[in-house]
Amino acid sequence: MVQRVVTVGSASGLHARPARLFVKAASALPVAVTITVPGKPPANAASMLAVLALGAVQGTEVTLAADDDAAGQGQAAVDELADLLAADLDAVVPDA
Amino acid sequence: MPEALRGIGVGAGIVVGPLVRMSGPPALPEPRAVEDRSAELAVAEDALATVAAELAARSSKATDPAAADILDALSMMAADPSLSERIDELIDTRTDAPHAIHLAFEGYREMLIDAGGYLAERAQDLADLRDRVIAVALGLSMPGVPDPGHPFVLAAADLSPADTAGLDTAQVLALVTEAGGPTSHTAILARALGLPCVVGCLGVTSVADGTVVAVDAEAGVVEVGVGTERAAELRVRADRLATELAAVTGPGRTADGHAVELLLNIGGPNDLAGLAADGATDPGFEGVGLFRTEFLFLDRTDAPTFAEQRAAYAAVLRAAAGRKVVVRTLDAGADKPLPFLGMEPEPNPALGVRGLRLGRARPEVLTEQLAALAAAVADVDGARVWVMAPMVATAGEAAWFAERARAAGLGTIGAMIEVPAAALRAAEILAEVDFLSIGTNDLTQYAFAADRMDARLADLLDPGQPALLDLVAYCADAGRELGKPVGVCGEAAADPALAPVLVGLGVTSLSMAASAVPSVRRSLAGHSRADCEGLAQAARHPRSL
Repeated sequence: MVQRVVTVGSASGLHARPARLFVKAASALPVAVTITVPGKPPANAASMLAVLALGAVQGTEVTLAADDDAAGQGQAAVDELADLLAADLDAVVPDA
Repeated sequence: MPEALRGIGVGAGIVVGPLVRMSGPPALPEPRAVEDRSAELAVAEDALATVAAELAARSSKATDPAAADILDALSMMAADPSLSERIDELIDTRTDAPHAIHLAFEGYREMLIDAGGYLAERAQDLADLRDRVIAVALGLSMPGVPDPGHPFVLAAADLSPADTAGLDTAQVLALVTEAGGPTSHTAILARALGLPCVVGCLGVTSVADGTVVAVDAEAGVVEVGVGTERAAELRVRADRLATELAAVTGPGRTADGHAVELLLNIGGPNDLAGLAADGATDPGFEGVGLFRTEFLFLDRTDAPTFAEQRAAYAAVLRAAAGRKVVVRTLDAGADKPLPFLGMEPEPNPALGVRGLRLGRARPEVLTEQLAALAAAVADVDGARVWVMAPMVATAGEAAWFAERARAAGLGTIGAMIEVPAAALRAAEILAEVDFLSIGTNDLTQYAFAADRMDARLADLLDPGQPALLDLVAYCADAGRELGKPVGVCGEAAADPALAPVLVGLGVTSLSMAASAVPSVRRSLAGHSRADCEGLAQAARHPRSL
């Protein structure tokens, strides 16, 4: 098991555009990654609904975890998603 | 005489055409015992995949990026692996596919509702999605905007942004909804698209598909079961109305020649693109009454530079070709978060640090914006700029803003009236600045403590309410006393029925979407100033009639 703790960087937290980018990236990975916020059970990082329901905001510390293997795919997957989460993925949409 | 349904009309124009209802949510059939679990599973999985694919296809076709984003997010939810796992589990326990889908979605809906705030608002998306998937699993047509293959009048209980994203205006002749008020999503969309619309029209979803109806947006009436003869008569009236709209040209004025400036609300230089070519010669284009500057600040993690702002403002001033441009300084806050401002989320963003209040936290953003605007004025020959602050609450705030705008070298300074406290003390605020502009959407929301996006409160959000007109009157009275202009730039200004009332109260300019100008211009031309004053009096004191 490989793990990394990372702070959510997007100003509007982990919903809307940042959540879509994160879930799309997780869905494209060859291994399953979980994302956990303190006090809630681990969520499938490839599940839009589970990720939204975490309610992570900017500054929330989340834990990413995956099973490691000989090829290091788990580590690579966790690192890729951690970098994405730490970045500011926001693009604000104007109101009507 | 055909049956007539009444509602709140939005925009102008009469259209006649077959009504087609948006399919409502499917009713869940009685639960049944599952014999073949794998067949049941296939039905559920197919339904999820069909809905996800349909939403993804609409997302890639949508021209509006915001619409594309909404549709993409919905598609991802339909394709969610956790959702499909939960449905599998339920079918394993011999729940039938429609009920398994229903229960799985309910589980996630409750999770979002429990999370509260923004996520609770997204729970409605899941309900829409659930209805689509269940409809497909039952072999019914998906709820949503229908595509009958010919032009039609769209009728619905209500329209959500997900429904109307990518609406085909070549097919949809008019919008009629049971719910909604004049600032609802449907009304704003109809004005933007120039479609005749009636909202709050009870009974319209009971009309059978294919029934020929006539929608009169100005009167707020939908005639049901229009025969050939009546249809021909109405088409003549529609043509005459269109001719009349085209015939009344030039600057806004009442029947007796009292001038009322009709200005445009714009969100960036693109909104003036069509006018840029002939802006200098079109006598109907009187200027810009609300230039929202947020477009420069969105979609970015750092503030736009001085040079960038200067160039963008100069582009708008050039397009306006010497006409007045009222620029609103940055209107952002927790309700419209901007990443580079680093604002903390607020429990109640509509009542938080937004509009001019942002100047308390980040005064340098305002100072730079004002300096860039002043530089743009110097860059463009004949530029006429008025600058105003959003969400002013007190005379002290107005003075604070005016001092900074004058220090930047800007000449005509104003305050937006969106807070009831500011309307009550309009005279004190107007003593500090040169003009007022009333933002009726927020003013209504704050005066009636009614969220402007909540369709259930549409009746409270009607800007024709006497209490709201009183607040407008306080502002107009202050303008008359001090000899300074007072305009309206909310949705109320775009309502041809309300425009004479506002003018009667003493409002000196009306600012609206470009598509609304012809009908407002015609409405004013049909009333003398004394008529307008009479209408205003009657609207403020409905019981004395």
